[in-house]
Amino acid sequence: MADQVNAMPLATGDWAGGTFPYAVGHKKLGMWLFILSDSLTFSAMLVAYSYVRVATAAWPTPFHFFPSVVTATVMTLVLLSSSLTMVFAVAAAKHGDRRGAVRQLCFTMFFGLTFIVLHLNEWGVLIREGVRLWQNPWGVPLFGATFFTLTGLHMFHVATGVGYLAVVAVGFGRGRFTDEDVEVSGLYWHFVDLVWMFIFPLVYLLSVKG
Amino acid sequence: MVPEATHGHEEGRRLFVMVWLGLLALTAVEVVLAYVQMFSTEGMLLILMFLSLIKAGLIVGYFMHLRFEKTTLAWSLIPAVTLVIMLLFIFFPDAVRALQLRVPQP
Repeated sequence: MADQVNAMPLATGDWAGGTFPYAVGHKKLGMWLFILSDSLTFSAMLVAYSYVRVATAAWPTPFHFFPSVVTATVMTLVLLSSSLTMVFAVAAAKHGDRRGAVRQLCFTMFFGLTFIVLHLNEWGVLIREGVRLWQNPWGVPLFGATFFTLTGLHMFHVATGVGYLAVVAVGFGRGRFTDEDVEVSGLYWHFVDLVWMFIFPLVYLLSVKG
Repeated sequence: MVPEATHGHEEGRRLFVMVWLGLLALTAVEVVLAYVQMFSTEGMLLILMFLSLIKAGLIVGYFMHLRFEKTTLAWSLIPAVTLVIMLLFIFFPDAVRALQLRVPQP
């Protein structure tokens, strides 16, 4: 009690400023910090890919504009659209519209699954052309290594995101999760979209068959 | 602080649709540039990274809501990650050197 009384003038007086410097909840701040570290992981992989590309005299540019780049463009469109439905899901959750939020989350997951299917199909095209992790027809083994590692890590993030959104959709629909949980899952989803905005030009658009 | 609180639901919706359309337009520009192939690889890299950084800014600012958070959050997150990513670029002179040192294939 005495401690409280002594602490009072301090807590409410001179030193009361900046108690919540970011004005966000701990979940949101935690997700932002995770995104920060994850963005460094992807940056390191993109720099590694760019490094070996610069250091290789004849880096293969195997992507035909049709179908590979067109497919990748459709995948970009799908991912951007999933971000839009994710924004709608967060908005619906903030307005207490549980049914609407779950519906928009389902759209988002559908787009995410579409992205994975299109991407696996694209992988299939390359694998049928003979591209493997360690070898490929163009004699630059690092092409397959960097391509599959980079896009594979991203696809893993999309797949994880679909699972995450499914858990959030069920939990929010049943009232166990709050609108903040939907918002935090949205941060993750938009980040996965953001990463693709760099993989798409660096891996696909710069490797169109001349 | 949050846009939903300052203006109506429909207005917020329209803003996000506009951002989405902007992202699609930037993507279309990138794909058209890759189709016509009128620039060198280095020129394409510069243009594509410039456009992608704008897209990243739109996603972080609007979709991830950072523009509407307290500015301290952005100041704590963005400069640090930008600096560390730029430090990774220290490898590129070595990549060029590795290319020039390579023994030519017969």
